[in-house]
Amino acid sequence: MRYVDEFRDPGLIRRAAEQIRRLAAVDRQFRIMEVCGGHTHAIYRFGLDELLPPNVELIHGPGCPVCVLPMGRVDAGLSLAVDHGVIFTSFGDVMRVPGRNGTPLQHMARGIDVRMVYSPLDALEIARREPDRHVVFFAIGFETTAPSTALTIARARDLGVANFSVLSNHVTILPAIKAVLDSPDMRIDGFIGPGHVSTVIGSRPYRFIASHYRKPVVVSGFEPLDLLHGIAMLLRQLREGRAEVENQYARVVPDDGNAPALRALDDVFELRTFFEWRGLGFISHSALKIRQRYAPWDAERRFDVPTIEVTDPVAAQCGEVLKGVLKPHQCKLFGTECTPERPVGALMVSSEGACAACFGRVDRGTAAPGAAAAGAL
Amino acid sequence: MCLAIPGQIVALGPEQHLAVVEVLKVRRPVNVDLLKDEGVAVGDWVLIHVGFAMSKISDVEAVEQLRLLSMLGEDEDAMRELEGYRFDEIR
Amino acid sequence: MAGRILEASGRGRTRAADFRDPQIEMAHGAGGKATRRLIETLVAPLLLEGERPLGDSAFVGVGGQQIAMTADTFVVRPLTFPGGSIGTLAVHGTVNDLAVSGALPTALLVTFVLEAGLPGPVLEAEVRAMGEAARAAGVEIVGGDTKVVEHGRADGMYVTTAGVGVRDPRASLSAAAVRPGDRVLLSGPIGDHGTTVLLARGQVSFDAELRSDTRSVWPLVDGLLTAAGAGVRWMRDPTRGGVATALHELAEDARLGVALHEEQVPVRDEVRGVCEILGLDPLHIANEGQFLAIVAPEYADRALSALRALPGGEAAAIIGDIRETPAAVVIAHSSYGTSRVVDMLVGDPLPRIC
Repeated sequence: MRYVDEFRDPGLIRRAAEQIRRLAAVDRQFRIMEVCGGHTHAIYRFGLDELLPPNVELIHGPGCPVCVLPMGRVDAGLSLAVDHGVIFTSFGDVMRVPGRNGTPLQHMARGIDVRMVYSPLDALEIARREPDRHVVFFAIGFETTAPSTALTIARARDLGVANFSVLSNHVTILPAIKAVLDSPDMRIDGFIGPGHVSTVIGSRPYRFIASHYRKPVVVSGFEPLDLLHGIAMLLRQLREGRAEVENQYARVVPDDGNAPALRALDDVFELRTFFEWRGLGFISHSALKIRQRYAPWDAERRFDVPTIEVTDPVAAQCGEVLKGVLKPHQCKLFGTECTPERPVGALMVSSEGACAACFGRVDRGTAAPGAAAAGAL
Repeated sequence: MCLAIPGQIVALGPEQHLAVVEVLKVRRPVNVDLLKDEGVAVGDWVLIHVGFAMSKISDVEAVEQLRLLSMLGEDEDAMRELEGYRFDEIR
Repeated sequence: MAGRILEASGRGRTRAADFRDPQIEMAHGAGGKATRRLIETLVAPLLLEGERPLGDSAFVGVGGQQIAMTADTFVVRPLTFPGGSIGTLAVHGTVNDLAVSGALPTALLVTFVLEAGLPGPVLEAEVRAMGEAARAAGVEIVGGDTKVVEHGRADGMYVTTAGVGVRDPRASLSAAAVRPGDRVLLSGPIGDHGTTVLLARGQVSFDAELRSDTRSVWPLVDGLLTAAGAGVRWMRDPTRGGVATALHELAEDARLGVALHEEQVPVRDEVRGVCEILGLDPLHIANEGQFLAIVAPEYADRALSALRALPGGEAAAIIGDIRETPAAVVIAHSSYGTSRVVDMLVGDPLPRIC
């Protein structure tokens, strides 16, 4: 597969790992946070943490849109299907998120009309094919996905499709990073910047992290070589005392971002005053709501969408894991009451949630996931 | 977040905002509105996410990056020379 | 005397059931952890006597012969898809369960639960397809039953089969026979059936040449047993839950570890393309025309050659080996020295965008 397999070349991977070992061969810890859930997933899928020396530690950040979705929002979305008979559509990622009365899949098993789609355009297509039913698209995602929702809403307007609306749970990445930076427990040395969000917003928005907080940022891709290269670039910055924003994923990420995408976002969405993030609490100007001019396609205006407050069980430490304060296995419920099969929090549901991603490690309980596994093999 | 896959445009249309993209012999219509400023052509490689093309893949950058990766460590040998003079911790 | 009576009554007593799920979910039928929990904590304790290992078929002594028996239910939407239909799945699935248990497939019983409103030509097409599949597979359909339920209650039709075969003397199979160092053999490329059905459901639209791989694996099993029967320890067909689930069950049953070499696992380009786009793992996707065989190392090469020489076995591969530790775990190794635990499927494989 072109532009994928070349970045999985075993020889180049070994070279990159060796370079990391050389750069890290000093007497200090390097704590690097990958912000994006897709990076968390890739790290475990490719076993990249096994290639790092013990003093290079990867901490998983809050960039998983399913993980930070407050449980009450799923309940609110499903209530539209239960109470108003709408067709609830969303991505596969949402289908197993637990709400108060079960997951969307469990609702489907009880006869509620829940349908999985690959693209918001597919949800719009369902609305066109079934004009007697109303279709709600439960939208999640950071800036990577929000432009697609925006264009779909604009298309609904252009085509005059009246039986379609969107319940927007889109969130923006910078406030989440800032929440981590401002956290008193934060001890991160550098950041692996989100790869695909940056195709939309570019690499410049991360400058405040370097200039104001003096932490280096390297925007990286998702293949093993991309991540290893990004980590090597961060280590080099740290060794040289620099704090800059670098773009490792330049084959795909334009430094200025994607202008049509940013225009579409501005046309359709505006920032909510505040939004509740699971684990991070209320953050101002961090989430997107649909503008008044697109009100007919805003599910929150079409329907009386309840605000449902659902708190995580007291023992669940989703918030601390999201901020990187705790490692997944340090949460008291990890592996016992909270497993991928019976998830308590969304970090165990989403395949890119830190907890689910690292559940696959042989030695789940140790501080250095993977190292002991490599030894045992 | 963000599962996005490289694919190649094999046909334009059937409408102006659509193109057919191929990933490993699998084809799918993809919305190319996000690339309307720069325009797309058959043969272009794009990154696709939830049915939309997000970005064009620059072969020049990809080749350059692989070249850099294949050279990793060679400039480190030069750095090692410097380290011998205790310049390794510049803080 | 008292001891013997206790023994006799002990044989009739079943273990206590311990099934705690409040209701049945779709996941219970997906072939992964939830299915296994349903069987192990509810069905097996209440219905099965003693410590019978759970396998694809069961052997029962009848008049001095070892007869293999298996049963299966087929529930699939849509009823037809490229490469097959519910009827051919039913015939091949049952034949394969017998084959991988080391039994010559002999006869099938077929029952239909039909939904009122099912068009006559649709049913006729299925029945014809089943007849052809049975003839091609060399088995006889000897009887069955038919019931009709109200409209809306059977997805068109459900098919249940019961299969009977005779133990093949060349095969002596059990998880207990598996040893560290044994090789994991796979008959051909994986993921074709599951991705075909996913696309045929119409929720995601891709244009790809995908067909279900449904077929009888008996000719390949037959060839394998001829060439290397003495070295074959265990076989299974990786249906729901995929190769990952089948190997996970082996690892647990044998209390050994399975090491998979990812780049050795054959996957067709189209299947890989769909899986990459949707974020699916081919190891978790259902197959209906493949089987896994654990083979002693000294027999591995001839086993592989035998399969590759047969029509339909050209893509057979050795995809891994058995290890002593870590036990009861399946680990996939990359070509660049890293590894990941391949877990058993949790529910149905779902596409993802993140």
